[in-house]
Amino acid sequence: MADSFAFDLVAPERRLASFPAKAVQIPGAEGDFTALPDHMPLISSLRPGIVEAEGADGTRAFVVIQGFAEITPEGVTIIAERAFPREEIGRAEIEALLKEAQEKAETCPPEEKDVADKLVADIAHLLEMMV
Amino acid sequence: MPSLKDLKNRIESVKSTRKITKAMQMVAAAKLRRAQEAAEAARPYAESMGAVLGNLARAARDSESAPRLLKGTGSDQTHLLVVMTAERGLCGGFNSSIVRLAKSRIEDLKAAGKTVKILTVGRKGREQLKREYGDLFVGHVDLSGLKNVGYDNAETIAREVLERFDAGEFDVATLFFNRFRSVISQIPTARQIIPAVVEEEEGAAAEAPRFYEYEPDEEEILARLLPQAVTSQIFSALLENAASEQGARMSAMDSATRNAGEMIDKLTILYNRSRQAAITKELIEIISGAEAL
Repeated sequence: MADSFAFDLVAPERRLASFPAKAVQIPGAEGDFTALPDHMPLISSLRPGIVEAEGADGTRAFVVIQGFAEITPEGVTIIAERAFPREEIGRAEIEALLKEAQEKAETCPPEEKDVADKLVADIAHLLEMMV
Repeated sequence: MPSLKDLKNRIESVKSTRKITKAMQMVAAAKLRRAQEAAEAARPYAESMGAVLGNLARAARDSESAPRLLKGTGSDQTHLLVVMTAERGLCGGFNSSIVRLAKSRIEDLKAAGKTVKILTVGRKGREQLKREYGDLFVGHVDLSGLKNVGYDNAETIAREVLERFDAGEFDVATLFFNRFRSVISQIPTARQIIPAVVEEEEGAAAEAPRFYEYEPDEEEILARLLPQAVTSQIFSALLENAASEQGARMSAMDSATRNAGEMIDKLTILYNRSRQAAITKELIEIISGAEAL
């Protein structure tokens, strides 16, 4: 078994990371999981959370807000709707995102209410983790 | 023959025009670099999105329950053309080449008996199309006063398009924009975004499709991925367009500056000739006056 595989993290406006990783921790929609090399092919949607990639020179963390992860035996590609390196984002930014999500949850049509509420809860949870 | 004073004024005015076009060219060059960088930075996202969507779509395409964004509505009667142009002019053939492509598509569709609807992004395209096809307009997205296009702008346009699709207002949506190849070459392009076009991959990937596990399930992921893919395509079109606009403006202003320079040279020669002619004329008058005495 290979001991590292390709890790890519892309956001609409730029590529945030691309390096070989030993393990990647992913906040999947149905729970966190860690992908190791030779993982079975999997596509998961993401909830707001922290992606941690263990590379050759230490672990790097990123905050992602929604998106998808495509996992193949050869690598992990995370397509995030919004993503920031962990060190570049503070509580204030996440609080702003939380507020935005709350406003959206209040104004959206009833059939989307559940999804919007879950987003609010997830971002609030993320905020707790940031301390 | 214009008087010396007229010529002098003319030269001055061409000179100030040249200064303006030169300044615009330099501004465009600076903006072009930024726009080009933005377009390149956004490429990995679009590519990854395309790849994931391609894998999913190939697997899901034949199933009964495939979403309408992927499979289409089963008809191609009503077409929505999303025409993306610049907010400002003075950029050579940039706007008119997109409009020309859109017009020929409109005529083709009309001849085939289809219904055409137009959504414009950018003021210039709306102005040019409004004269002939004002009755086909369904909307306009205003991006004026915006310095750099962001992902939010793409989301706004995508939401507008998707809402109309969900309301059953059209069957097929096509984007019109200029693809940026180089400073001197921008290619007017039409790209269908709804239903999603899946590029057939050649080689190994096509032979052995991957079977993925899905979390949560396939349908839910597709339902979220497809609108995002539409947004991503609109975003990359916006960025390509922005880079093309600056490129077109830069080369247009470059040739305007050069033309102004040539005109100044010609006018200066004309000015000197008339000045010399006037002096010669005065001399002749004096000499012949002296001889007559």
